[in-house]
Amino acid sequence: MTDLTKMTLAGALDGMAKGEFSSVDLTEAHITACEAATGLNAFITPTFDLARAQAAASDMRRKSGDVGRLEGAPLGMKDLFCTEGVKTTAASKILGDFTPPYESTVSANMKADGMVMLGKLNLDQFAMGSANETSCFGPVINPWRNGEDLVPGGSSGGSASAVAADLCLGATATDTGGSIRQPASFTGTVGIKPTYGRCSRYGIVAFASSLDQAGPIAKTVEDAAILLQSMAGYDAKDSTSLNETVPDWRAACGQSVKGLRVGVPKEYTIDGMPKEIEDLWAEGIEWMRDAGAEIVDVSLPHTKYALPVYYVVAPAEASSNLARYDGMRYGLRVDGENLADTYERTRTEGFGDEVRRRIMIGTYVLSAGYYDAYYLRAQKVRTKIADDFRNAWETCDVLLTPTAPSAAFAVGRKINDPVQMYLNDVFTVTANLAGLPGISVPAALDGSGLPLGLQIIGKALDESTVFTAAGALEKAAGFTAKPSKWWS
Amino acid sequence: MAEPQHGVSSTDVKKIARLARLHVEDSQCGAIAADLNGILAWIEQLAEVDVEGVEPMTSAVAMKAPMRADVVTTGGIRDLILANAPKSDDGFFVVPRSVE
Amino acid sequence: MFIAPRVADKKDWLSGETGDWELIIGLEVHAQIASKSKLFSGASTEFGAAPNTQVALVDAGLPGMLPVVNEFCVEQAVRTGLGLNAQINKFSRFDRKNYFYVDLPQGYQISQFEFPVVGEGEIEITPEDGEPVIVGIERLHLEQDAGKSVHDLSPDETYVDLNRSGVALMEIVSKPDMRSAAEASAYVDALRQIVRALGTCDGDMEKGNLRADVNVSVRRPGGELGTRCEIKNVNSLRFIRQAIHYEARRHIEILEAGGEIDQETRLFDNVKGETRTMRSKEDAHDYRYFPDPDLLPLELTDEFIAKIKADLPELPEARKARFVEQYGVPAYDAGVLTADKATGDYFEALAAGRDAKIASNWMMGELFGALNNAELGLADSPISAEALGGLIDRISDKTISGKIAKDVFGKMLAGEGTADTIIERDGLKQVTDMGAIEGFVDEVIAANPDQVEKAKQNPKLLGFFVGQVMKKSQGKANPKAVNDLLRSKLGL
Ligand SMILES: [Mg+2]
Ligand SMILES: [Zn+2]
Repeated sequence: MTDLTKMTLAGALDGMAKGEFSSVDLTEAHITACEAATGLNAFITPTFDLARAQAAASDMRRKSGDVGRLEGAPLGMKDLFCTEGVKTTAASKILGDFTPPYESTVSANMKADGMVMLGKLNLDQFAMGSANETSCFGPVINPWRNGEDLVPGGSSGGSASAVAADLCLGATATDTGGSIRQPASFTGTVGIKPTYGRCSRYGIVAFASSLDQAGPIAKTVEDAAILLQSMAGYDAKDSTSLNETVPDWRAACGQSVKGLRVGVPKEYTIDGMPKEIEDLWAEGIEWMRDAGAEIVDVSLPHTKYALPVYYVVAPAEASSNLARYDGMRYGLRVDGENLADTYERTRTEGFGDEVRRRIMIGTYVLSAGYYDAYYLRAQKVRTKIADDFRNAWETCDVLLTPTAPSAAFAVGRKINDPVQMYLNDVFTVTANLAGLPGISVPAALDGSGLPLGLQIIGKALDESTVFTAAGALEKAAGFTAKPSKWWS
Repeated sequence: MAEPQHGVSSTDVKKIARLARLHVEDSQCGAIAADLNGILAWIEQLAEVDVEGVEPMTSAVAMKAPMRADVVTTGGIRDLILANAPKSDDGFFVVPRSVE
Repeated sequence: MFIAPRVADKKDWLSGETGDWELIIGLEVHAQIASKSKLFSGASTEFGAAPNTQVALVDAGLPGMLPVVNEFCVEQAVRTGLGLNAQINKFSRFDRKNYFYVDLPQGYQISQFEFPVVGEGEIEITPEDGEPVIVGIERLHLEQDAGKSVHDLSPDETYVDLNRSGVALMEIVSKPDMRSAAEASAYVDALRQIVRALGTCDGDMEKGNLRADVNVSVRRPGGELGTRCEIKNVNSLRFIRQAIHYEARRHIEILEAGGEIDQETRLFDNVKGETRTMRSKEDAHDYRYFPDPDLLPLELTDEFIAKIKADLPELPEARKARFVEQYGVPAYDAGVLTADKATGDYFEALAAGRDAKIASNWMMGELFGALNNAELGLADSPISAEALGGLIDRISDKTISGKIAKDVFGKMLAGEGTADTIIERDGLKQVTDMGAIEGFVDEVIAANPDQVEKAKQNPKLLGFFVGQVMKKSQGKANPKAVNDLLRSKLGL
């Protein structure tokens, strides 16, 4: 039998449909791969026994003709999605022992579609980070190497690393400022953040509610479409869920881009960006032109303010969202001399440095006397950023940009300089602020053999066109490189 | 980078930490203040943007709140509610004394 | 900034060592919405359940749990706003009020800060000892309640029950328009009547369904406003009055001794009848309000509001005016009869097709007296409006006298049946047969020759004869007929 872990999700679903192998076969192959890859530290909580049981049950269902969209596919779950009866930590000490008695809507949708869950994937603590170095379970290592250990990007570093290393056929992820797309770019995988409101946030540990959005990390654009199709959908339990039907995104992947107007925003050229990335962007533009798209120059004048806006809005929301972790009803409690002391000890020991830093910033920008200057102003600039996109859509259908300003970097390199770390999200964060869908597609390897991605941003609810453009980009790039399997 | 308009002092750090129920040692205050000031200085560039008459964007979805019917749909799940409690007794959460 | 133009009546001024003082009072009333489920969750709001049995995952602040607003609660807020003659805001929003407390699971309370659902309004109140006063309403907003902390189950721990966590409250904020404890308590009573009439809150202060935060300050009559203190969660009209009296005296004492009032939150100790500091100043709050990103703005349509307006019931103030007009009852009586919806409904059922004055006399006299003695509410009255009406009908058609009616009423109260059954059973029907009455009269005259002579000199003695005749007839003789006959036979 061929190495089942090398398959795409689409290929594996097809193989099972044809009876070439069972879910049990597929799942065992992936469990073996996972067991050999502990050095990547991609999983916080493996659930192999559960996966085996789910695979066996899936094979039974298939026999009875009951075949879901993800039937029998072994997948990974970012450990930010609450999973009933399975520990959900958000990579934090404060939730280190938390087992939710409920299931997130996204994971429930996937379960209902026949998913096999291999385990809970590592991430930056509470999804705060761009390198997956803030996890209290240790950093995730990128399967791509450059002589030294590299970060996989963050916060969905475990998801990206696991998919890139063929530990699972695909994984869930979440994206608040670029946490799906940047790690996808760093690991040669495809990651899409859909329109805000497409995927229910119910049961996802919240970071910044107005920005958080779930999406998949996958091996191909088509796989991403299959996964997102399962994850997405209206949910009455989330007030910000969009009551819109989910189109057939898989069908959109192979469509022609002839006549598609692809915008190129001039503000996405930034100082200090490696020439290789600029060149790749130019190449991407050519690929799209060659495929029949019309290239349009557009301007998004407030782009440079997106990150500062983000670093006001996200910490502000986070400081409030994380107030519930107080050691009273669940999670870590560190007993102190009195109530006030217990609160402080619990939260100081339970949260890592970056989380505490963001809580401090968020608390400050919301506090009396600073609200108007920081929070309110940031929300107004956010309006202008969203307006920039509305203006751009007058002349184009999608935007093409680099995904990240660099390739993967060495573990520990940027951890001590928050602003440098934050700059990782410079091209991705605008889509979160405006609530738009964005996808990263692997496009090339840089000079040192590390993958680089290009990003397509689309109109709200227009994931179909995003998938179409991404499919064209994927086809033109012909990216087939895989990291050498040094970890096993 | 320009100096922040509202520099965070060590006293501010204490105050913010207190509001956020985080503990900071006196000896750390200076370093934390410097750290926050670095980030705030960078955020200060928002002051350049003309936001006169601009409505703040509070949500990425332009719709009104959906509303649910007044129906009892849950309850009687005390064991689940208390399942992860550090301490519970007799159906209550038990926490450090909140009054003197 | 609040302004307080009205100066209190002199009778409400408080005298101190250095002169007179005037009270300025504003209230924030929290009224629990009479909904089945909570403001943002599907857990029940039923009172008195075992701890933590009415808690949805979101009410416990579990990770990833999200609020979804209850439409009925929004309707009730609008309904109440209309009842307060207030502005209904078509756009409103939920904000988070951030603070840590053991019974606040999310670490914030979802409330409405910048854009409340209801804006300014006003109501008229009538304090017990004074003239009607208009009290301005500043706003009404929706918010969620916190859980309950129990401190007496363990000496060094607190027990937390989240059954109340997330229950919908309307916070109704008045303008500082009240000038005496009587006005403040009349205001809360008026609010209570309004929400009860509207059915938006059951107004039960004992269950904590209606509780008031009382803001008190003193000033020289008509002078500069003083510093105010907020007394939290006072839960009876009597306690509101006591707390205000205590707090006013405390302020005056401090000010007259040359001191200053600290703006602070205080608690009322209803055993000692005193207020005391609730929080130390180092714990000063900075609530960091911001729009709740888990929720979207409430945008109410004209149709939504119009529909609520269309089935608004008559409010106590309007009903009172109508009672005076339609039934001709005095204003005071009308006030008592419209104190709550059930009382007004009882009266209207009783007065329908009957003499309204007799109806109100019977209701406010016999019925209320009897219920009071039995410590019963009108809802538990053993005599329905229909039954009491039946009794009044027998007085009106002269089947029985008013005096006999009181006996029949007592028997009805004891559950012996309807007026007709009792009259029939006990043979209480008034004797109107002139022959029979004449017989009694003749017998009495014959038996009391001395009295007859005296009566001819002194007509006041007629009463003696009437009494004797009534006695003979066992009270059933028609008193007027007896009177007339005696007068003619005695030649008076
Ligand atoms: Mg208040
Ligand atoms: Zn309140």
